[in-house]
Amino acid sequence: MSSLKYLLVGMLLGVVFVKTEIISWFRIQEMFRFHSFHMYGVIGTAVLVGLLSVQIIKRLKAKSIEGEEIVIEDKLYSPSLILGGLMFGMGWAITGACPGPLFAQIGAGFGAISITLLSAVAGTWTYGLLRSRLPH
Amino acid sequence: MLELLKQPWHWAVGGLLIGLIVPALLLLGNKKFGISSSLRHVCAMCVPANIPFFQYDWKKERWNLFFVAGVFLGGWLASQFLSNPTPIQISDKTVAVLQTQGIKDFAHLLPQDIFSWENVLTLRGFFFFVLGGFLVGFGTRYAGGCTSGHAIMGLSNLQVPSLVATISFMVGGILSTHFILPLFLS
Repeated sequence: MSSLKYLLVGMLLGVVFVKTEIISWFRIQEMFRFHSFHMYGVIGTAVLVGLLSVQIIKRLKAKSIEGEEIVIEDKLYSPSLILGGLMFGMGWAITGACPGPLFAQIGAGFGAISITLLSAVAGTWTYGLLRSRLPH
Repeated sequence: MLELLKQPWHWAVGGLLIGLIVPALLLLGNKKFGISSSLRHVCAMCVPANIPFFQYDWKKERWNLFFVAGVFLGGWLASQFLSNPTPIQISDKTVAVLQTQGIKDFAHLLPQDIFSWENVLTLRGFFFFVLGGFLVGFGTRYAGGCTSGHAIMGLSNLQVPSLVATISFMVGGILSTHFILPLFLS
């Protein structure tokens, strides 16, 4: 039951993904070709709002509604940020979707994208398999 | 009101709502916005295969699976009840370039010349569905996050590693758009 609230937040996000058209392969093409401000506007605004929210939460030492302390772990430096980042970027341009929009695309009726999602799961699995042999 | 909601939403509205997901998840249960982790949890749940990377209690991360199930349902809701009746308006420049590369369908959010079931078993389909998806799944986990985890959550928390990741996403996408996609489009 306690997980249902995350389902609702996810639903809001899915609606926004479709209505701002960021699930569109065309919007991603525009972004990587610098032909439109749209995607930069969406991501830039989201970062700004996120940044302000995180600062407020930290200053107020706010707790979650369940009384849990809010702790955000630092991200660590690693060459994998660049190597993995380049790979994901290439995939993002090809599929026109980062992982979130993949789920929304399928929900919005583009059923064939379930193949892309399955392949993404296979990609994650393969990473897990090869992890110890990859530079990190 | 419904008519207004059916139109495409302004980037500022979308950005604001996506940005608010960050504090919403923190306040609801100290959860960090991140979507690609769900792919790892699916592996841990369905095919752990004794791989150490998938040996953890995925049930503790169940919220993330509910979250992406919500994204799926939200996509369905928006397409069923808030669908925009007119074709998507994209930049003329992008349309012109893609036309020269053989794209004909500009009416949908995804061009049906590529992303339809008929293409799944073709070379083009292998590139756009299988290889593209694989790179998304492998790359996000290798980089430790995707657009939500690094570009939005990480940058919101002023993490320099997330800036490095975000720049890498952009460089990979720009290279892929200009040098690799044209080979498979036309």
